Amino acid sequence: MTEQIKADFEKIVKTSAFSKKDVELKKKYLNKFLEIGFPSRKLENWKFSDLSQIIKKNIGELSFYNDYSFPNKVDTSIFVEDLEHNKIIFINGRVEKVDFSYEDKDKIEINDDFKFVDEFEINNSLLSLNNAFRNKCYKITVKKDYSLKKPLVVYHTTNNKIKSRNINLKLEFQLEQNSSLRLIDLSNDKAESNFVNIFYNFDLKENAILKNYKIDKEQNKNIRYSYNNIEQDKNSVSETFVLSSGSNFSKNEINCNLKGEYSSTFVNGIFSLNDNQHHEIRTIINHLVENTKSYQLIKSVLGKNSKSSYQGKIFVDSKAQKTDGYQLSKAILLDETSEFNAKPELEIYADDVKCSHGSASGSLDENSIFYLMSRGLSYQQSKELLINGFLLDVIEKITDLEIKNLVKNMIGLKE
Amino acid sequence: MDTREKDIEKLKDYKYGFSTDIENIRAPKGLNEDVIKFISNIKKEPKWMLDFRLKAFERFKQLKEPNWQKPKYPKINYQDLYYYSAPKSMQDKPKSLDELDPKLLETYKKLGIPLQEQARLNGIAVDAVFDSVSVATTFKDELTKQGIIFCSMSEAIQKHPDLVKKYLGTVIPTTDHFFATLNSAVFTDGSFVYIPEGIKCPMELSTYFRINASETGQFERTLIIADKGSYVSYLEGCTAPMRDENQLHAANVELIALDDAEIKYSTVQNWYPGDENGKGGIYNFVTKRGLCKGKNSKISWTQVETGSAITWKYPSCILKGDNSIGEFYSIAITNNHQKADTGTKMIHLGKNTKSKIISKGISAGFSDMTYRGLVDINSKAKNSSNYTQCDSLLMGNKCGAHTVPYIKNKNFDSNIAHEATTSKISEEQLHYCQQRGLNPEEAVGLIVNGFCKEVLQQLPMEFAVEAQKLVGISLEGSVG
Repeated sequence: MTEQIKADFEKIVKTSAFSKKDVELKKKYLNKFLEIGFPSRKLENWKFSDLSQIIKKNIGELSFYNDYSFPNKVDTSIFVEDLEHNKIIFINGRVEKVDFSYEDKDKIEINDDFKFVDEFEINNSLLSLNNAFRNKCYKITVKKDYSLKKPLVVYHTTNNKIKSRNINLKLEFQLEQNSSLRLIDLSNDKAESNFVNIFYNFDLKENAILKNYKIDKEQNKNIRYSYNNIEQDKNSVSETFVLSSGSNFSKNEINCNLKGEYSSTFVNGIFSLNDNQHHEIRTIINHLVENTKSYQLIKSVLGKNSKSSYQGKIFVDSKAQKTDGYQLSKAILLDETSEFNAKPELEIYADDVKCSHGSASGSLDENSIFYLMSRGLSYQQSKELLINGFLLDVIEKITDLEIKNLVKNMIGLKE
Repeated sequence: MDTREKDIEKLKDYKYGFSTDIENIRAPKGLNEDVIKFISNIKKEPKWMLDFRLKAFERFKQLKEPNWQKPKYPKINYQDLYYYSAPKSMQDKPKSLDELDPKLLETYKKLGIPLQEQARLNGIAVDAVFDSVSVATTFKDELTKQGIIFCSMSEAIQKHPDLVKKYLGTVIPTTDHFFATLNSAVFTDGSFVYIPEGIKCPMELSTYFRINASETGQFERTLIIADKGSYVSYLEGCTAPMRDENQLHAANVELIALDDAEIKYSTVQNWYPGDENGKGGIYNFVTKRGLCKGKNSKISWTQVETGSAITWKYPSCILKGDNSIGEFYSIAITNNHQKADTGTKMIHLGKNTKSKIISKGISAGFSDMTYRGLVDINSKAKNSSNYTQCDSLLMGNKCGAHTVPYIKNKNFDSNIAHEATTSKISEEQLHYCQQRGLNPEEAVGLIVNGFCKEVLQQLPMEFAVEAQKLVGISLEGSVG
């Protein structure tokens, strides 16, 4: 693999217009990645899913070179209907379109020339990989006191021009004081056997509100890793919703630093898996100051041969008195081949806190099925009704009405 | 001054902190094949036992010390320890208690352990382990009548080699982790219990461990076998003198329950925890593992962990037999600079297996406490269930309480439920108690005892009283 990576890296340096300084930095990151390689079970964070094995099994040899010089045709049929929205479209890792036509031009700043800074959690080898091979990083700033009128949809699409490729993306968002953003992260893939490596960084200033919906719905044979870092100032609110069901393998990591008093974060997620799928959510919520709040709810419905994992950690600093932290993960196992793993972790150094977690897993309750069947439903109908009810609980947590309905339609849930 | 206050006054300093001046025989310092041969030789062991040790040592040489645990400690120099230390007077084993060195008897008297037969009223059979060797076992005759074997490990190796050979290392093999393997290579003594088929052991069996000599590691090995349909309740207590250095204690405990058998294992661990600045104290790195081998068998662990500078142990149950049950009840209290990383593993292999985990952690002062547990339900363990509850109580903002549960469910017929909370003693509760005339310390003691009640009531009577006192004493000075 090492030879391939090095050769691909040289090719990228040759064909792209990076400054000398950037190339130096990228080289540093490349070496860092080569040192550690893809994460494996040896790392605590990858205990339940060995990425290097998964790549070996599903992809085989990865190639890291992407030609970003030619534009791809945008397929408008993938656009979300019945919802007016702003767009950023990635095709095969290349930004094809940035469209904020619904918004005031001077309230949003888009910078595609975002320089390297010293990165968060530098020990993540996938971040090093991302830094080494990524083409451009866009930074989007929402100005003070401005709320986007329409949600922003980021389309992650691939077409069948690529196969066995590694795609690296990075987006930076800054939400200034009193601003707000609704973001939908939508993936839609035609290509197979690629490894998509996405990094998001959100910086929320005082009173800012971020609603971040990540939807991976369409069945596809790709491997997806997405890392979200959220920094929160005083009174800011972030809401993250993950619908994890499309890709072959997917891992969402959410790292949230509650740095300002009265800031709060909500992470809700649904896994709906089948046929050899393996998805994971890992959250780290750092309560660093007083009076912060976090809430997490993750539910899984697991079909044949599927596996889901939840690794959640609440960290409470000794300064962070009056913290309120909660984690709940539940899973329904539908088949004898399905598997659920959880590691809900608490690390607490302050005494005046309220932190708890719960985790439950098991099969569908036969008594409930019996109850429904005795009222005339078929076995299949009863099962569906129970599962829908189980999942609806999480979808109801979506605070944006428009998007809640959109998600409900997408997964065919009706009240 | 009421009795409780007197107790506290008396125990302000670690009550068991004295050391006994007894002449010792020691193995040469360091760890190598010769030392292992020395230990095996002095204990007049058969060849298969020496081979067992050497095999473990071969494996040990390839192992690296683990470092994933939460409490970090300075590197231990394994070559700078004595691996065998025994009171000189024990060289020719005394035939009866009357021949015991009076100093030894004195020591155990100070510890409140009934070694003399007149302590018969207590109805507890005791095996006392001083540094590395078992010094006395009481009530032997009575137990022998029922066919129960309760003796030191060395004696068992001599007198019941078939049983030892058959079961030793079957739950904790010589190829296990670092500290367990080290124990397999150099273990010196410990208790051996065999309960024959259909016998319900008429009294509590108890072992008392005492580290006395300095610069010694204590490595005992306990093996308990409950044959078909039998029952045994076993208690373990530990103390050590106050010393500035850290001492290593790495014991192995193996439990085997055959069809319909039940083993109840209780520990009150009160090794010297170090002084209030975190100097000295015991490193308690113990491997405890129970195997529910037969169907309908049951193993229950109860532990009260108040001592040691660092406690690092996970009493586990392997639920292999169908319908077997594993239980784990734990109270862990850390104060000053103590650190604990403890919990359990419940590995469900058989059908209809059940496990229950109740863990209560209390941390005060500058201490750090981690619950780390694993519940693993295998794909063949149909219709199994687990319930886990782990609660932590924090006193002050200089300490930490952490919960790291691993939950793996590979069986769709099985249910796992896990709950955990972390909180502090509420002002309302304190106020309520104080209003009724309790001083703050008493109030905290009362609330903490209530918090631990679920676990305390699992302990046998004699221990429950002691443990309750211990809970109050361990938190001494942490209020306010």
